[in-house]
Amino acid sequence: MSCNCKQGNPDIMTADGDSPEAALPAAATRNACKLCSPLGAAMVFKGIRGCLPFLHGSQGCATYIRRYMISHFREPVDIASSSFSEDDAIFGGEKNFTAGVENVIRQYQPEMIGVGTTCLSETIGDNMLGMIKKYQDSHAGKGPPLVHVSTPSYTGTHSDGYYAAIKAVVQHFAKPLRVTMPRLVNVLPAMMSCEDLRYLREVCAMYELDATILPDYSTTLEGGSWEMYHRISPGGVTINDIEEMGAATATLEIGHTQANNKDSAGHWMEKERGVRLDSVGWPIGIRLSDEFFAAMSLIANRPMPDQIALDRGRLVDAYIDAHKYVAGKKVAIYGEPDLVIGLASFLSEIGMRPVICATGAKVKGWRELVTAEIQGGCNDVETIHGADHAKISERARELKPDLLVGSSKGYPLARELKIPLMRIGFPIHDRFGGQRILSVGYRGALELFDMVVNALMESKQENSETGYSYL
Amino acid sequence: MDSATTPDAIHVLDDRTDQVWTKGSGKAFKCDTKSTAGSVTQRACAFCGSRVVLYPIADALHIVHGPIGCAVYNWDIRGALSSGSQLHRNSFSTDLAEKEVVFGGEQKLEKSLLELIEFYKPKAAFVYSTCIVGLIGDDVERICKSVSRKSGIDVIPVDSPGFKGTKKSGYQAACEAAFRLVGTGDTSDIKPYSINLLGEFNIAGEAWMIKEYFERIGIQVVATITGDGRVDDLRRCHGASLNLVQCSGSMTHLSKLLKQHYDIPSERVSFFGFEDTARAIYTAAEHFGDPELMERAQELVRTEIAKYAPQLKQYKKQLKGKKAALYVGGAFKAFSLVLALRALGMKTVLAGTQTGSAEDYEQLKEICDPGTVIVDDSNPLELAKFVLEKDVDLFIGGVKERPIAFKMGVAFCDHNHERKIPLAGFEGMLHFADEVARSACSPVWQFAPRRAQAKAFLDSASQSDFATESTTTEGGKA
Repeated sequence: MSCNCKQGNPDIMTADGDSPEAALPAAATRNACKLCSPLGAAMVFKGIRGCLPFLHGSQGCATYIRRYMISHFREPVDIASSSFSEDDAIFGGEKNFTAGVENVIRQYQPEMIGVGTTCLSETIGDNMLGMIKKYQDSHAGKGPPLVHVSTPSYTGTHSDGYYAAIKAVVQHFAKPLRVTMPRLVNVLPAMMSCEDLRYLREVCAMYELDATILPDYSTTLEGGSWEMYHRISPGGVTINDIEEMGAATATLEIGHTQANNKDSAGHWMEKERGVRLDSVGWPIGIRLSDEFFAAMSLIANRPMPDQIALDRGRLVDAYIDAHKYVAGKKVAIYGEPDLVIGLASFLSEIGMRPVICATGAKVKGWRELVTAEIQGGCNDVETIHGADHAKISERARELKPDLLVGSSKGYPLARELKIPLMRIGFPIHDRFGGQRILSVGYRGALELFDMVVNALMESKQENSETGYSYL
Repeated sequence: MDSATTPDAIHVLDDRTDQVWTKGSGKAFKCDTKSTAGSVTQRACAFCGSRVVLYPIADALHIVHGPIGCAVYNWDIRGALSSGSQLHRNSFSTDLAEKEVVFGGEQKLEKSLLELIEFYKPKAAFVYSTCIVGLIGDDVERICKSVSRKSGIDVIPVDSPGFKGTKKSGYQAACEAAFRLVGTGDTSDIKPYSINLLGEFNIAGEAWMIKEYFERIGIQVVATITGDGRVDDLRRCHGASLNLVQCSGSMTHLSKLLKQHYDIPSERVSFFGFEDTARAIYTAAEHFGDPELMERAQELVRTEIAKYAPQLKQYKKQLKGKKAALYVGGAFKAFSLVLALRALGMKTVLAGTQTGSAEDYEQLKEICDPGTVIVDDSNPLELAKFVLEKDVDLFIGGVKERPIAFKMGVAFCDHNHERKIPLAGFEGMLHFADEVARSACSPVWQFAPRRAQAKAFLDSASQSDFATESTTTEGGKA
């Protein structure tokens, strides 16, 4: 019963367990560093109160995504599907779409249905908008709103699906309003943790702002234990609040990639609804958080609250206390584009060297985006977009980082190189609490900083001969 | 509108009423049908069905021909162990982009295959078709033939677009693909007392435990299909005298093919629980009609049960009288679990499967107690309804069922293919009891709002204006 299994990273072993000799394969994707766009859309829909996500295609798409999200968030994630059969793939999926929507309404009594497409329905050319309109006309406009977003897996990644769904929701609901409520702000976050979303709301409150955060899955994907069963997990931003986003004094859109994206939800709100846009990066570390809080002060017309200033002071002090333990250490970062940029900024400002900054997405100007935020020179920084984990592993074998930072999917590499993996992002399937990792603001940076320092210290301690308990 | 609901307010969908059955009701029961649109089925698609069945063949190259989603969600998440090659734990995909959707993906597939085969030196390759492959007109069969010729290994297409039938159709496509290898290997050293274990996936090393039982009594295991699987084992599995078929849903088709082409008889067995494990070993021994073999089998069962039965007693004491719900993939596992739970003094009040056949359900109905609810191809809301109505203490299922149980303060035992703990065989029964007891007897449930004690605390606390999220029902607009 013993296991004589071949030890090592499966991506660099032949079927017999030997080291491969042939040229590295280039055509296929080996161990992808991205997920598909419907997953991102489902995340957004999960962050709207009373909304049930619906994927128009084969049911496997919904089931796979449900399981992936459940394993990370450890919460119910119900996503409906039109469950295509062979006939539907040939003759179109309208019948199943209509039946599916009706069954969802009967079972879930949703306030909204978020409809994402899949490769299948996009390829056969199902006209979603037409189908939705026909359904609503035949029901005299009654029933919950159906919001459509186009998310074929063959275009973009989960990040793209996420941002596309935010835009679709805003376009669908945000009314043109003449009034401006000076204390109302729209926050459009990147694909962050539940704790990040909660902290963003807290920060807004400290600046005496009412925030409409879209999406807000902080409770739907991390709620309490229930006394009664809920058809749809409680929490989320209300449709009513989304409708009134046009009255906000500003939109704060988070994520470097969105700042450059003239088609983003925030840009649309500015152009079509006259709400001023403030674009900031994912605020990780001091410099990006400084920019973020400066934007908040501008929007709120308030100075930085004392409590936040105190947080900043503690963070600077912590950086100084521990800087020698991280100085010059090499780090490989991978994940969603906006997360990687934020992390690269943070890790370089504490004195580490981000030798690999990789994302599975194809991002125009990736190198410029990343290196613009990195301190201490960029000659030793490899920026890879369209990366898969096999590619990241290949570069890491040569560049020998001291630390990996990213999702659970980097574990085989961390194990191979015998270096620590600091887990952040999505998915985190081999640890608890991924949904509770705080990364934004000075407080988030402090948490991440302790994690980084301690991971490096633990690794040094474990590998030392003496094993001091006083370091 | 309020999202909080009582179980009686959840109605089974009209299209599904025949797939929900209560023992003693005398009603008709329907199964083996495609999922109702919008029902939020727990089933995946045909592609998933074929991918999971062939996944454990460790020295083969598995490549998913399609966009990235289909490949990435099943990368190295299953607990199927290999004693050697780890190649199967990679996720290879042609990762089709818009360009290929328009102009076809054949070239990319061919190039991917040739490079990967050259690099990883697999013994064979499986190419899984996803939803859009047929639609964009790729001739996968032709590419496979061409690569086979160039690389010198078998390159086998798996016809598994997600929409093509149910998850079970995917099982069938996998069996067809695996069968292409059968009959091409040397069988000269196979002994007369020899079997194949079909539908055993070596989750957490279960196949190794089971294989050892047979070897101890003098029965050769030619191939475990597909757990700790090897291409060469498949090539020569037609030399075995008997097929023992465990996961009936996934492997029935291959056992039929082996019967049809090589006249190998098959028996349905299960290795969950003392009772079924013993019966499986006796079934094989009986087949060969050798009294000495049977004696050795009986001796093995006696020894193993003597080793583990005493340790089970403490668990039985803890678990006696508790009520269980189970929702699993195939029905054969479901009845083993009913028996195993009974052996622990527990009662099954809700049982369901994703892909059970009519024959399976007949057997399940028979062994269940009156009043037990049986569901086919169920969904979260239905499961929640019956968990509450039957007031279950323990739920046995997979990842997607777990939060339903936990949110309602119900204990949970993972019994899917992602688990990392062996639950099969005699030893596995001990792990199973331990897994169940760890959850069912945990003190944490006292804090779950649905549990009585917690309720009392919250009631008294709310009198002093102390409210928690759980006492207020959110979810609707005021």
